[in-house]
Amino acid sequence: MGKVVTVTSGKGGVGKTTSSAAISTGLAMRGHKTVVIDFDVGLRNLDLIMGVERRVVFDFINVINGDANLNQALIKDKRVDNLYIFPTSQTRDKDALRKEGVERVMDELRDNFDFIVCDSPAGIEHGALTALYHADAAIVVTNPEVSSVRDSDRILGMLSSRSRRAERNEAPVDEFLLLTRYSAERVARGEMLSIEDVQEILSIPLMGIIPESESVLKASNTGQPVILDKESVAGRAYDDAVARFLGETREMRFIKAEKKSLFRSLFGKA
Amino acid sequence: MSILERLFGRRTNQSAAVAKNRLQMVLVQERAGRNAPDFLPLLKNEILAVVAKYLDVEDDMIKIQLESAGDTSVLEINVELDKARIKPKPSVAAKA
Repeated sequence: MGKVVTVTSGKGGVGKTTSSAAISTGLAMRGHKTVVIDFDVGLRNLDLIMGVERRVVFDFINVINGDANLNQALIKDKRVDNLYIFPTSQTRDKDALRKEGVERVMDELRDNFDFIVCDSPAGIEHGALTALYHADAAIVVTNPEVSSVRDSDRILGMLSSRSRRAERNEAPVDEFLLLTRYSAERVARGEMLSIEDVQEILSIPLMGIIPESESVLKASNTGQPVILDKESVAGRAYDDAVARFLGETREMRFIKAEKKSLFRSLFGKA
Repeated sequence: MSILERLFGRRTNQSAAVAKNRLQMVLVQERAGRNAPDFLPLLKNEILAVVAKYLDVEDDMIKIQLESAGDTSVLEINVELDKARIKPKPSVAAKA
């Protein structure tokens, strides 16, 4: 029986799709059969981040409506074994995610995969609520910034009241905090909420800290999940996060501010 | 930032503490409101309307809170009266 892992945040632009791509790729690299689904109906983007935009034939809505079956819609990744991408539709029909249809597709995916990673849309509208409803585990992507932390708190409230697990009085959704776009230097200068600040406010287990990194834009430019970039700090931080999600203990890395030399302090750019 | 400031590391922008403080304040309120029943705002409006028959009150002078501890829930209704004036002729009293 597969596990549904919803990547969510409330706020937009914090790194849900980047994280969904990296985490699903990381899970597959560790041998778990994984599918990553785009729940952002109407604003398809996961296909671009995963670099499969030219291979989309059928989508999530086609399968919900019975116009295609799962095997026709799933795109097998060419870089990593065990990884499949399930793109969404560009339809403007907001109600395309019909409850029974989604339920049927999710059940079929649970039977066929170890992990079903759901890339939630921003906001708290139908698409986000549907992704949240099916979660067994939730990865709450948060930036160290007031509006993102507040929205994450709101989403945590919804996970405990509006998920399928809550509705059925089952064990609560497993919640994980993923802190992204973190700048150790700015935290050291007192300009940015620290890991401890965010954790104290949200009080859920910390799965990882992804430092602000140029490699994330490079990865999205080229359609490569950033976790495949073994050189990059962000890629390695995602790798750690996936390991922790699977129960490994790993020390947090890349969270110390680097001391600037006197020369750079004087003449370098801040 | 001037060269001197860079050299001596003057800390001019310590806004993270402000952010944390503001977040904690706002979330205390929001978390309390989250589990409140849906009828609470409506109840507040109706009570306000009744009070307004007798007193000159503004919206923000009435506060309704539902607090739960264990088995008991307490519905607390606070009307700030010190600023409110008694209406010269309550309409209901006139009818009665």
